[in-house]
Amino acid sequence: MELKDWRSLPIGSVVTQPGSSAETETGSWRTSRPVIDFSQCTHCMICWIFCPDSAFTVEKGKLTGVDYDHCKGCAICVVECPKKCIVMVDEPRL
Amino acid sequence: MARQVRAGSVRIQARGNAVALSGGEAVAYAMRQIDPDVVAVYPITPQTVIVEAFSESVAEGKVGTEMIHVESEHAALSACIGAAAAGARAHTATSGPGLALMWEVLGVASGMRLPIVMHLCTRALSAPINIMCDHSDAMAMRDLGWVMLFGENPQEAYDQALIVQRVAEHRDVLLPSVNVIDGFTVTHSVEGVEVLPDEVVASFVGTYSPLYSLLDPQRRVTFGALDPNEYYYEHKRQQIEAMKNALPVVAATLQEFGELTGRHYNLVEEYRTEDAEVVLVVMGSTAGTVRIAVDNLREDGVRAGVVRVRCFRPFPAEEVAQALRRAKLVGVLDRSLSLGAPGSSLYLEVMAALSQRMLSPYLVNVVHGLGGRNTPVRIIKEAFSQLRLMGLEEQRREPILYLGVRE
Amino acid sequence: MSVEALALKLPVEVRWHGRGGQGVVTASRLLAEAALKEGLFPQSLPDFGAERSGAPLMAYTRVGREHPQERGHVLEPQVVVVLDSTLLGRVKILEGLIQGGILVVNTSASCEALVDRLQLRDLLVCTVDATGIAMKLLGRNIPNSPVLGAFLRVVPIVPLGVMEETIKERLGLRMGAKVVQANLEALHQGYQRAQVRGVAWN
Repeated sequence: MELKDWRSLPIGSVVTQPGSSAETETGSWRTSRPVIDFSQCTHCMICWIFCPDSAFTVEKGKLTGVDYDHCKGCAICVVECPKKCIVMVDEPRL
Repeated sequence: MARQVRAGSVRIQARGNAVALSGGEAVAYAMRQIDPDVVAVYPITPQTVIVEAFSESVAEGKVGTEMIHVESEHAALSACIGAAAAGARAHTATSGPGLALMWEVLGVASGMRLPIVMHLCTRALSAPINIMCDHSDAMAMRDLGWVMLFGENPQEAYDQALIVQRVAEHRDVLLPSVNVIDGFTVTHSVEGVEVLPDEVVASFVGTYSPLYSLLDPQRRVTFGALDPNEYYYEHKRQQIEAMKNALPVVAATLQEFGELTGRHYNLVEEYRTEDAEVVLVVMGSTAGTVRIAVDNLREDGVRAGVVRVRCFRPFPAEEVAQALRRAKLVGVLDRSLSLGAPGSSLYLEVMAALSQRMLSPYLVNVVHGLGGRNTPVRIIKEAFSQLRLMGLEEQRREPILYLGVRE
Repeated sequence: MSVEALALKLPVEVRWHGRGGQGVVTASRLLAEAALKEGLFPQSLPDFGAERSGAPLMAYTRVGREHPQERGHVLEPQVVVVLDSTLLGRVKILEGLIQGGILVVNTSASCEALVDRLQLRDLLVCTVDATGIAMKLLGRNIPNSPVLGAFLRVVPIVPLGVMEETIKERLGLRMGAKVVQANLEALHQGYQRAQVRGVAWN
């Protein structure tokens, strides 16, 4: 992302693009990732509610997966999932 | 012919347009005419006169203001910040320790570029605890991005209240601005104050249309987001520019006000400086006393003069240097300390202004009036004679005078 | 010299002494407001900090023909007014009072007794039993209205009628008609019953 000079920025550090935090990819913070076992998932959306990064993707009322560009790997979903069908898997390491 | 005028709920006899008002009442009178959307205040001596008088206007429905009684000054300014971010015209008022408690949020207001108006009734900072006037509170906010005008009397307390409103909201500025008036000496001093008709004030201050507002669903914005190292410096650079812009805006607003009222003010005001060899630089209510001393000294053949700084932020360095370019001896009156520094704030800034322009009169810091210590004409005349002695080569010593202290 | 023959010089600087609750600050302000009505340029400044009811305090009034330049305490007054005679031995009443100045004191004692007791010289002395008048008319020791009456006898910078108007307006803001009327009566009695002795301030 190219950084703007002071003349091109809105004053007062006002952010004029709503939801622009999505431009900041926080997926790199993660050392392990949540993986969903869809064979047991009931689509109760508890993981979606608790996720602090809004990183669960949903289509037509059904959980479809995890947005790994933003998931920080906090594992709150693993703790909260009533079916215990989310597990953390280590990111590949050398 | 005398006529009735109202200040808040106070009905006052006036001759012409002059109303008997204390400095604090004069500010409250201006606030009633401005009719801010939000006023958030916490009472503290000597600012209380403003809050008392203005709250009467609120209670009697003379203004549409939402007056918020907060639990502290930190909360008062925070409430103003929230209100201003929502697009409201917001005022607060405080003194000394109250301003100190606002300190954290002073920079928030200016950094967020919210044109809040503050009326500061100067009061010494504790300890020792003291409720009287000096400028230690005002000087402690000097680096925090507020436009600062120093008034001399109740008339200027009123006039500047209107002027800072315009300066703060100017699109090239958008900085919080403070009307600084001396505690007790101005806030509690009752004098004849020429007030403007309500409709004239309304048209002078105009209506405020914010650049950004939290309450505009068509243009949704985020205020107060984290500003990491990639951006913080650029936003500060913008504030530098806003302060630069503020100088001509203050000058133009003072001029417009002068044309409107016949009361002509300047960033820097000179008195008998045309041929002056020895000049005192002063801010606030002591200015009149210095002018009297200068008149007295002139009668004795001393070529004395006064340079009064009205606009302290932004600092009118060029104007100050111009005013002092002919002087051989300059004393800078500071009503505060900058402990451990080689002089107090105004002194150091005057020195910088002169030095940047290769001017080098003999420059002495004259500290006075701390904690409300009275500074009568006699003491100012003493300062002038000390200054003239120190100007002699053989009398040179540390260029600081502590006026009126028991040694 | 008769009081009426006083040639008044402006600007005049007045220092008021009294106790918190006696209307010292109000007296100073009333004088300023009345002077403003007369087209003069007044300044009234209270001198108190954390003091409350009963504490000795001061106020200052400056009245001139131009906008006041000097601010802060009056150090060399032409007129000193004392609203409470119990202050006479405790506070430096005469400090800075100019030679040939005017001293107005609320006391039941005579001018002669006061001159004797305070060893006064080269002053115009004015006494009035303002407390007596206030107790009778107001039922409380708030002697500022009768003291103002006595003050105007010796320092006639505003006509009595203008002071009446000023009292009506200022006190009328927060007090009932009866109290205002009593204060007006007290003002007049103070004016009439003031005793004056000494040489006039030129």
